[in-house]
Amino acid sequence: MANGTVAAKLPSAQEILEPSASSLLLKRVFGHAGMTIGGGVLLFIFLIAILAPLLAPHDPFDQDLSKRFLDPVWGAKGTWLHPLGTDGFGRDYLSRMMFGAQTSLLIGFAAMLISGVIGTALGVAAGYFGGRVDMIITFIITTRLAMPVILVALVVVALIGSSLNIVIWVLGLLIWDRFAVVMRATTQQVRSMDYIAAAKALGCSTTRIIFTEIMPNVANALIVVATLEVAHAVLLEAALSFLGLGVQPPTPSWGLMISEGKGMMFFKAWVIAIPGFALFMLVLCINLMGDGIRDVTAPENRN
Amino acid sequence: MAERILSVDNLKVEIPVPSGMLHAVQGVSFKVDRGETLCIVGESGCGKSLTSLAIMDLLPTKANRTAERLELHGKNVLDIPEDEMADIRGNLMGMIFQEPMTSLNPAYTIGNQLEEALIRHRKVSRDEARDRAVYLLEKVGITAARSRLRQYPHQLSGGLRQRVMIAMTLMCGPGLIIADEPTTALDVTIQAQILLLLAELQNEFDMGLILITHDLGVVARVADRVCVMYAGQVVEQGSAKQVFENPTHPYTQGLLECIPIPGKTARGSHLGSIPGIVPSLVGEMNCCHFSDRCPYATDICRTQTVDLRQGFTADHDFRCVLTSEQCAENLKQKVPA
Amino acid sequence: MLFYALKRFGVAILVAVAVSIVTFSLLRFSGDPAAAMAGESATEEDIEYVRKHYGLDRPLPVQYADWAVKAMQGDFGESIYLKRAVSGILADRAPTTMILGALSLSFALILAIPLGVLAAMFPNTLVDRVALGIAVIGQALPSFFFALIMIIVFGVWLRWLPISGHASWLNFIMPSIALGYYATPAIMRLTRAGMMDVMSSDYIRTARAKGLKPRVVLFKHALRNAIIPVVSLSAVQLGFMLGGSIVIETIFSLNGLGNLAWQSIQRSDFEVMQAIVLTIASFYILLTFLADLLNAFLDPRIRVS
Repeated sequence: MANGTVAAKLPSAQEILEPSASSLLLKRVFGHAGMTIGGGVLLFIFLIAILAPLLAPHDPFDQDLSKRFLDPVWGAKGTWLHPLGTDGFGRDYLSRMMFGAQTSLLIGFAAMLISGVIGTALGVAAGYFGGRVDMIITFIITTRLAMPVILVALVVVALIGSSLNIVIWVLGLLIWDRFAVVMRATTQQVRSMDYIAAAKALGCSTTRIIFTEIMPNVANALIVVATLEVAHAVLLEAALSFLGLGVQPPTPSWGLMISEGKGMMFFKAWVIAIPGFALFMLVLCINLMGDGIRDVTAPENRN
Repeated sequence: MAERILSVDNLKVEIPVPSGMLHAVQGVSFKVDRGETLCIVGESGCGKSLTSLAIMDLLPTKANRTAERLELHGKNVLDIPEDEMADIRGNLMGMIFQEPMTSLNPAYTIGNQLEEALIRHRKVSRDEARDRAVYLLEKVGITAARSRLRQYPHQLSGGLRQRVMIAMTLMCGPGLIIADEPTTALDVTIQAQILLLLAELQNEFDMGLILITHDLGVVARVADRVCVMYAGQVVEQGSAKQVFENPTHPYTQGLLECIPIPGKTARGSHLGSIPGIVPSLVGEMNCCHFSDRCPYATDICRTQTVDLRQGFTADHDFRCVLTSEQCAENLKQKVPA
Repeated sequence: MLFYALKRFGVAILVAVAVSIVTFSLLRFSGDPAAAMAGESATEEDIEYVRKHYGLDRPLPVQYADWAVKAMQGDFGESIYLKRAVSGILADRAPTTMILGALSLSFALILAIPLGVLAAMFPNTLVDRVALGIAVIGQALPSFFFALIMIIVFGVWLRWLPISGHASWLNFIMPSIALGYYATPAIMRLTRAGMMDVMSSDYIRTARAKGLKPRVVLFKHALRNAIIPVVSLSAVQLGFMLGGSIVIETIFSLNGLGNLAWQSIQRSDFEVMQAIVLTIASFYILLTFLADLLNAFLDPRIRVS
């Protein structure tokens, strides 16, 4: 190998002494235990959800009433054919768990997106324009906060009928409050900064200021709230499905699986323990990621 | 011969920081007698505040305090248990801080906070404590004192709050008061009033007063003795008269040159300044701390640690490799600004 | 102070009205109330009859005005299913939910505040990490799952506690824990943050310089200030608990508003549904209003100007 090419591959003194912003960020990310572990497990769950059709050993809708409530592989009569046993309809639990991950993640993210758009629009508008706009929007937020979310969601779903889509929209239209509150506060903070006054003095239009000056600076807070709201939506969907007014059978949903297994829980606790634990892990990792993102990008906001 | 209230010998404060050990206070020694005002002067970061906190044992938990001697009224207070120290604080010695706006608890009336200071250390009734509070509030120049007791800190101005702080430190009649930059956060007009007040009170109650400041004008007005600190060390110490008339250490000389004197300093002439910045106190420094800014520094200064030596009189010390006569000579030969 | 209270009260009323309007509209728009009430086996004529009988064919504002006027007099209509005045039914069930809410909040506070104070006093030590660990776990555990696990462990395996009904105060233990633990992380973190903030403030340094005993400094001076935001948060959390009671009450078969809501949903009992949502919302509004007042009382800077 000619000397020239070797020399070209060595990092320059510049690069060693002043690591780039992105490599610093990566260092902080991997140094943060919560984020690494949470992110790792989350990635694992993601992959399972996405690859469920390929990975699942059985069809999650395949019923076999002769094989109801088989034990998981660690139980007395468990086999590797159904590593996590079967449910009350003889459907393979492992496959249903994998597809259940799809349900949870799909609903979580979709609801987060809808509520994020609504909440951010309201919050930024209130924070930026202040005055009467702020008063009205704050009133709207307070009204929404006063309404018990689960109750209202249940009532609406009971009337409309429930399906995956409806659950997503009902949740999305209800849980935007934290987005609105946080975005409003953050926008107010950013709004009072000098560079906004400078942009205005330069004659920038409102739209332009909002998108080029305000949004990048509230992005950190936005991402943190977004992760937490995914977790929130996942838990809400699980509760709705548990009560029978969320995702409808036979679609696999972890909350629904807990509800379906409730009858057997005194005899075979694993029927509810497995999906419950999965929910717990999913929400835990999402929260760890959210905390981690906040710690890594803006440690001063940590308690 | 006035009673010796405070004796400090070789006080050191070390704070572990990520890059090593910060030697914030390095072997500071001084004494305060009854009726005497000692001014500790120095710029930000020289260790004067930490010195005062060290005397009261109010340092942050990470900090390490050592000394050869720390005596209050002749009694050792160096390694005594915390509850004994708590009995002494506020009782035999009191402290006034720099920020009157945040030094009082916003949730309680000033009457409550004043009375609490006395009730903690003496067996008195609430009424007796209240009477003493009124007495002291009037002494510090607050009118309508009895009705003021029911007011909350946020209802008082900065100057008034500092007066309340002073009254609070006097509740138990301590022999020693430490005032850490008590007027820095106040308006210039109020500053003079508060300083005058402190001087009067010290006289009346015959206390020892340690006044920490970076303002030499203040020192000139109230000090009996002066202790000049730089980068964690005492660089000059003596009577106020001595230090002001014959500043020996080059840093002291530089400081005094920085003060414009109305009438004397010619318009358009350069104000004195000391070029350079304060050295880092992390890790060991085996040289004179002032060597990189001293106009007379030589190689000796940069390579060996320098101890205090006697100056012009028995109670005058300074830290330099040169003699006091040589330092005085240097000052005389300096080109006038 | 009085003006402050009146202003807050006025806003509270407005919010309550807004909530009632939104709920009313939601119920009427989400589907066909008449069809829902008539039941699944109803014919077109049956549904039309129901619609006329309950005045559901009138324009929405008229229906609302009618309802509102009656509601202000305490008449929330009649339950289609139970054939009783809704207000009577609510009055019967409300105490259970109130007790559940109060116990849940008490549990949350008793756990969260001492943990938060300890974590703040010994930051980055084992105590702190355990407290934060509890917080993180608490936030991730679905309440209905936690409830079921507790039932299995304490109700069946250990047989320490009853698992349903409302025979005695023992029946409220598991439900209170299941409902209350979710508020613990937020309260604990706020207490911890508040204490850490306050402990490093100047007036705490003054308190120590006065020679006050450590316990006095901690409770009289520090906690007194740090607790102020916790009051507001607790009120909000209690409001959420009242709303979330539906899940817990159903699992533990407690006869409260939540359980009633669940039954009403299944029976399409509109009047009751509407009334419960409004009741719970009103409690939330009342709680936040009281918290505001308490805040002003605790912080002299607001109370005395």
